[in-house]
Amino acid sequence: MNKPLTIHHQDTLELNPDTHLPDLHQDTFSKTTQGFWMYLMTDSLLFATLFCAYAILHTETFDGPSAQDLFSLSTAFTETMILLLSSVTCGFSMMAALRNKKNQVLAWLGVSFLLGASFVAIELTEFTQLVQDGNSWQRSAFLSSFFTLVSTHGMHVSFGLLGMIVMAAQLFLLGVTATTFRRLITFSMFWHFLDLVWIFIFTFVYLMGVV
Amino acid sequence: MTHDLSLKEIQKQWHGTLKSYAIGFLASFLLTVISFALVVTRLFSDRIVMYAIVGLAILQAIVQLLFFLHVGQEEDKPRWATIAFCFTFLILLIIVIGSLWIMHDLNARMMPGM
Repeated sequence: MNKPLTIHHQDTLELNPDTHLPDLHQDTFSKTTQGFWMYLMTDSLLFATLFCAYAILHTETFDGPSAQDLFSLSTAFTETMILLLSSVTCGFSMMAALRNKKNQVLAWLGVSFLLGASFVAIELTEFTQLVQDGNSWQRSAFLSSFFTLVSTHGMHVSFGLLGMIVMAAQLFLLGVTATTFRRLITFSMFWHFLDLVWIFIFTFVYLMGVV
Repeated sequence: MTHDLSLKEIQKQWHGTLKSYAIGFLASFLLTVISFALVVTRLFSDRIVMYAIVGLAILQAIVQLLFFLHVGQEEDKPRWATIAFCFTFLILLIIVIGSLWIMHDLNARMMPGM
């Protein structure tokens, strides 16, 4: 905590009933980022349970194709790189927001959006191919758990893209303000979190499926 | 009602720097390429590759947590985000290890060949 902020807090913030000290987490920014972090933590538990289901069911192919027959490593590698780049460009838009450069923020967000959208497009192409070949989620327990895990992640990315459009519109209209900056921060947390989850999907589903 | 922070005050609380993103990106890129190469080239036995890619994934998770999500870098105490993270990590381990253990055990008790 930097000095001027502490003094500022002592004038204005409520005392924490437990310690009788000024409570530093009572402003909208702290509450929003803390709350969003809690959401991400619960979301990681959701993904953990889906990973468990996959780990347990991935051998149950019901005489259908196994991971080794189905997955293309090069596609998964491309997806990983796209999502990683998207994560970094999202970081760059945060850096631009720190310097109050609205147009740069929008430009980097646009790059993140395009990368995220191409990730979803590649994933949907892969899913379409699987379903057309008769390997949908109805084929086996392995494919059910695969589709549940990977499409839950894809769904998160899609909602992130939707959020990005709304946020870009707000930034365009309002510029970089305390409110839009706060939303940028929560969005970047969400986006980095999805990249982190994908690392485990890439490793445990795609790489391990082929080994 | 408490006072809300201004844009400047919020910007001061943000930990990301160009350097942290560059380091995070390069490290993640390298770790991904290494694990991809390990699987594609098949220079080592399957078992070694398996352990190596899990290790690399965990390493990359740590890199991204530190450089992208800034875990454990709060300045205010109590560090709620870090505490929440540690608690979630504990629950996560219980869920994952517990489920795999139980299901593996049940599987082992099933009739062979089923």
